[in-house]
Amino acid sequence: MKKHLLLWAAFAATLIILPSIFDSVLGISILNQMTIWIIFALSYNMLLGQGGMLSFGHAVYFGLGGFMSVHALNLIADEIFVFSITLIPLIGGAVGLLAAIFIGSFSTRKAGTVFAMISLGIGELIVASSLIFVDFFGGEAGVSGDRTYGPPFFGVEFLQDSEVYYLGAFWLFVATLLMYLFTQTPAGRMANAVRDNPERAEFIGYSTRRVRFISFCAAGLFAGVAGGLFAINYEFITEENLNALTSGRVLLMAYIGGLGFFIGPIIGAIILTLMNSLLSNYTELWMLYLGIMFLFTVIFLPRGFAGFIMMHRLAWQNGRLKLLALPYCLTAIPAAAFVTALVGLIELSHAGDEGLHFFGIALSSNSIVSWLLLFALAAASAFGVKLTRARLATAWQAANGASN
Amino acid sequence: MSEVFIFATLNGLVTGLLLFMLASGLTLIFSMMGVLNFAHASFYMLGAYFAYTISGVIGFWGGLLFAPLIVGAIGAIVERYGLRRVHASGHVAELVFTFGLAFLIEELVQFFWGRDTKNYQSPEIFDFALFSLFGQEFSAYRGFMIFIAIAIFAGLYVVLTRSRVGIIIQAAISHPNTVANLGHNVPFIFMCVFGTGTALAGIAGVIAGPVLTTFPGMATVLGSIVFIIVVIGGLGSLPGALIASLLVGLLQSYAIASDVGMPELLTLLGISFDRNHPLNDLWTLNLPQIAPVLPYLLLVLVLIFKPTGLMGNREE
Repeated sequence: MKKHLLLWAAFAATLIILPSIFDSVLGISILNQMTIWIIFALSYNMLLGQGGMLSFGHAVYFGLGGFMSVHALNLIADEIFVFSITLIPLIGGAVGLLAAIFIGSFSTRKAGTVFAMISLGIGELIVASSLIFVDFFGGEAGVSGDRTYGPPFFGVEFLQDSEVYYLGAFWLFVATLLMYLFTQTPAGRMANAVRDNPERAEFIGYSTRRVRFISFCAAGLFAGVAGGLFAINYEFITEENLNALTSGRVLLMAYIGGLGFFIGPIIGAIILTLMNSLLSNYTELWMLYLGIMFLFTVIFLPRGFAGFIMMHRLAWQNGRLKLLALPYCLTAIPAAAFVTALVGLIELSHAGDEGLHFFGIALSSNSIVSWLLLFALAAASAFGVKLTRARLATAWQAANGASN
Repeated sequence: MSEVFIFATLNGLVTGLLLFMLASGLTLIFSMMGVLNFAHASFYMLGAYFAYTISGVIGFWGGLLFAPLIVGAIGAIVERYGLRRVHASGHVAELVFTFGLAFLIEELVQFFWGRDTKNYQSPEIFDFALFSLFGQEFSAYRGFMIFIAIAIFAGLYVVLTRSRVGIIIQAAISHPNTVANLGHNVPFIFMCVFGTGTALAGIAGVIAGPVLTTFPGMATVLGSIVFIIVVIGGLGSLPGALIASLLVGLLQSYAIASDVGMPELLTLLGISFDRNHPLNDLWTLNLPQIAPVLPYLLLVLVLIFKPTGLMGNREE
């Protein structure tokens, strides 16, 4: 218990310190995005990771919460309802919850493919109707609001992004804590049981549908909270925030991070937000890399990055983690070189006539030397990986073998 | 009125049969591996793009022959080196894998062919009207599409039910272990069926590319609809897929061609309404507007009331 308290205190401290470390405009804006996406990815994990329900339409609850929040901002601005905008995420959450109660009432009957298909259908249904009901959804242009009209919250008017960050961080902390506590409740435990063996859960007297419904509603609630934060941060929202693109994005986050672990989606949300905002500055092909990375994760790391870290638990308990350090480094260097060469090849074939500056080396797609250089690097590093892999495998066995 | 109806029927038939070409491969793959291939429409897109490139060199018919072969080969490779590895991690992982594959293929298409729309044209020998009715012409190319789709259905049906290969495939679907014991290479059969299914999607892409325009978003446009058709028809049922394809094609076509909506209904009921009401959008709704929504609505209704689909008998 004490260890847990310490962990949460460290989490809160990190949230408070972060903006002082990354204090540039870009840094704060990325942190703001992270607060939103972490909550959203965690809520998705309640469905897929903990409840075993694969959803292709989770953005619906995020988007509906966000739309209602922007409308709430406008109501505050028009002085129809006046309250502090710090409470906007609650409105988003309430809308997400209501939508989840309604949709969950018929979609949670089955898990698996049927659930996935219903979620896809509902998602497309809402997206298509968002273009029909222009008053609420604002059509293609979306709706916009202004967060600065509300009554100041202890003198803070949320003019600046850093002020918004602390609001987001507060809600992130609250939401993360609540979602963690949910996993510890009987309902959360039963969600795992229903995921793993629905027949057995039915047999000992639980309604699997009810258990799924509870998880589903909780996930909708927190997705709505994330949508509310989105509304505060960006002050506008469009149809894109509830369509399949956003639903797919949160699936990618949760999966790349690691489904089975509470911390997984947090890692995934951080990685994807960083890729989205940093990598897109360097290359217009970042979506291609994201796709490759995602497939790579699904094939080779089915439990995501968090699962990869957790693979080392046994070695850690055996106290033999240091056995792995050197072999890891030896394999990582040629592996990194291989990835670099591949990226170079992809970028070069996309560069056109202007050529490409790659790590300070000017490459030209017309010169055969540039191509040969990259191919040679790729071949050599692939050979390097092959050479060092055996050593890594031996070290892995030694580190994980029974202690004697 | 009747000419609108006849042309809506013909257009619906063309769309429906095109959808069926995709849905047939998807159904085949599902009944074999128990996984819905999210990337199926992406193979359709690949078919259109390969056909575009090949037709620039050796003409449309070369594209029709080689593009599906290439797409089928890619499909077989994906099954052998991707899907088969993921299979061990369960159905959800497989679904997620094909989802990621769809994402990746769209990016790859943009990488190799660019983001713009490709000028992929139907061959000149089809540049005549097959017949004209009430002054409107029905192009020969659409007739060709109908012909190909029906030929595929007939061919698939005959191969699956009348030939030795088809019987082995059917047996491998229901009793993989027994078939393996009889000395057949079941994983190889699976790979071939996956390749054939994606090649069928490739054919659909080759012949739909000129009509529905060849651009990087073409997979997304059809992708979820095809998915829905397979579920509505009943997972793994070929006749169900045919019925659902025609149903969705005709439904959309009629809805677009019609000109009725809420205003007409309300007038009929004698209710008048205020234009400035916040729910104005709801009261001015008409059928052409909600045409894109209809397949999804149908899906949700079918899944709620008959989760097995129209002709299906298995739930998962």
